[in-house]
Amino acid sequence: MPFRVSVPLVLVVAFVAVGLVAGRRDTRGRPDVITIVSSLPRSGSARGQTDVITNGIKLAFHDIGYKLDVTDPGTGEKRTFTLEYLDLDDATAAAGQWTIEQEIANANQARTDPDVMAYIGTYNSGAAKVSMPILNRAGIFMVSPANTAPALTRAGEGERHEPMCYRPTGVVNFARVIPTDDLQGELSVLWARDLGVKKIYILDDNEVYGGGIAAVVKAKCPKYGITVLGHQSIDSKAQEFTPLMTAIKAMAPDLVYFGGTTQTKAGQLLKDMVKVGMTCPMMGPDGCFEKAMIDSAGKDTLEKLPFYATFGGLPIDALTRGKGKEFVDKYTALYKAPPADAYATYGYEAALVTLEAIRRAGKKDRDAIRVAALAVKNFEGATGTWSFDENGDTTNQTMSGSTVVDGAFKFSRALQLPAK
Amino acid sequence: MPLFADTPDPWLTLLQYVILGLTKGSLFALIALGYTMVYGIVELINFAHGNVFMLGSFVALTIFGLVGVEKAGDPFQDAALIVACFVAAIVFCGTLNIAVDRVIYKPLRNAPKLAPLVSAIGVAYIFDNVGLFWGGPQDVNFPNLLPDANLFDETAKIRFTAKDLMVVGVTVPLMLALTVFVKFTSLGTAMRATAQNPVAAQLMGINTETVIATTFAIGGALAGAASVTYGLYVNTISYQIGFQNGLYAFTAAVLGGIGNIPGAVLGALIIGLVTSLGSFYVGERWTSALVFAILIVILVFRPSGLLGSRTREKV
Repeated sequence: MPFRVSVPLVLVVAFVAVGLVAGRRDTRGRPDVITIVSSLPRSGSARGQTDVITNGIKLAFHDIGYKLDVTDPGTGEKRTFTLEYLDLDDATAAAGQWTIEQEIANANQARTDPDVMAYIGTYNSGAAKVSMPILNRAGIFMVSPANTAPALTRAGEGERHEPMCYRPTGVVNFARVIPTDDLQGELSVLWARDLGVKKIYILDDNEVYGGGIAAVVKAKCPKYGITVLGHQSIDSKAQEFTPLMTAIKAMAPDLVYFGGTTQTKAGQLLKDMVKVGMTCPMMGPDGCFEKAMIDSAGKDTLEKLPFYATFGGLPIDALTRGKGKEFVDKYTALYKAPPADAYATYGYEAALVTLEAIRRAGKKDRDAIRVAALAVKNFEGATGTWSFDENGDTTNQTMSGSTVVDGAFKFSRALQLPAK
Repeated sequence: MPLFADTPDPWLTLLQYVILGLTKGSLFALIALGYTMVYGIVELINFAHGNVFMLGSFVALTIFGLVGVEKAGDPFQDAALIVACFVAAIVFCGTLNIAVDRVIYKPLRNAPKLAPLVSAIGVAYIFDNVGLFWGGPQDVNFPNLLPDANLFDETAKIRFTAKDLMVVGVTVPLMLALTVFVKFTSLGTAMRATAQNPVAAQLMGINTETVIATTFAIGGALAGAASVTYGLYVNTISYQIGFQNGLYAFTAAVLGGIGNIPGAVLGALIIGLVTSLGSFYVGERWTSALVFAILIVILVFRPSGLLGSRTREKV
């Protein structure tokens, strides 16, 4: 048989060859441009929060006109970098939430792009676990506006190999501007005690965040004289929990604590409490502190049962002074509406501290920026004056409790551990 | 929760969970009937059925939105609105189901069995995305129009609310009406004949296409009724409820013997009971695992389902 050339095959080979040549990345980058990426679930159910987080980030860049003047501390050379912001999505519309594949792709995009100097993200602690080792090897400074799982930064909080497995090079590159869940868990218990709670029933959604915070709440209850009646995980894919709530009602708790988020059925649990005739309130962590919670639970349900939410920082309506107020005013001026969600402040804060780190490093160098960022002390930001500790955690320890009044979350009180 | 939790009266507790389970089960039954009837007539697993159910709930929600009802108000106005929603969802889902059959399954009637099956999966995804577009990705609150108060005394040991009564009041008459229709009307007889042997039925002068259209209409109508009932009972809907409830309902149909109407109801009631009792006696997070474990065990011993082999007629 004579040798015949298949036309489609030739075309395919040609396309692949052209693609390989054209698709080769420029490994040098653009000398005057610094790219900062964020990786947040921009589609799916967390869209509302990430919209305001990215608004907060953009506001920080907008403030300086996307131009950053720096002085190299070594050589004294003055330069102006153009800032570029890439808003990456680690969720897919089909999944409705972050996916491992998407988060890996984002981390790899940041790693291979020579202009990327910082990575703002993630929103979900589970997603951070995926991208942290990749960015750690690349030496990129990563700062999260929303990850609250303690095991990401501190030993003894999670599995035995945590957090060293996220730092394969041994150096710290991950920091966060939001306080962690262990503190939030203890402050929740403190607040419950102040509300007069004696018996508590604990539920969680069986996820890293929800399960983690529920475990802390459970562990801290004896310290504050509260009896734990029981602790169960729910299946967040289930649609209603009438049988479960019937069982809990029989134990007559003073409070039901749910370690979980709006997306893992906090609203439905509240509805089913009403359905079985319970009258005690429910408390949840910051994953429930959002407008979506009120929408999914329904305003009429929230009139029947009080709902308390803790938040790892101060909500917008508590930012009445100093830099916090300044931030709210600037945000309102730029977006023609005040921030719809408290995470806006943390998006802004993460971007601010990143800019500060680049300024201090004085050059476009991933490692210099990482070192400068983690050395930030007494930083005056929108959430107060704080520092990064040796693990990359913020030293800001003030949290807040809010409750629903007339269909909206209202700041109820600041929460702080009693002085030791 | 410990296994066999210590409660004042174990029998009353058991009764309470049986009531909850049967209520939930009868809701699954309405959806399961649509799977089993369509399978009985055309031997197709209509995967899009659960998604038709989901779209029905959005029809009802849209009506509530248009009227501007967010919470319970004047009881007579609410009752009229609920009836209107039932009618609208039933008509919508019935029509949609017929349309899907006409446009997608009918041209594939004589194609290999896998072709309509894969098309059904495709339709399910299309409807899922319509629902995503319609209602958004998050859970949506469905107005809580029925009182949550116990129909007995608030202090009574057994709790049975207006919502539970509504579920039973919608599902049981519909299932009775369906039984009467299939057993005693000429169209029902034609359906049973088509289910047994479509070619012979056609030779006897039965218009099998009419029978198939009727089957899809009835299945869709039941899904429409189920969707409003679900919304009023659970008070939350999202585009994902189609897949989740569809899976349970399909499981119920298989458990009871797919193609068998009483079987689907029986299977659904068993699933309702397993989720409810499982939640109390085993643990909330194991309920779905338990349902499918029981499905596997039953299918090992009775491969054609609980009632599948006993009766020969499929509808």
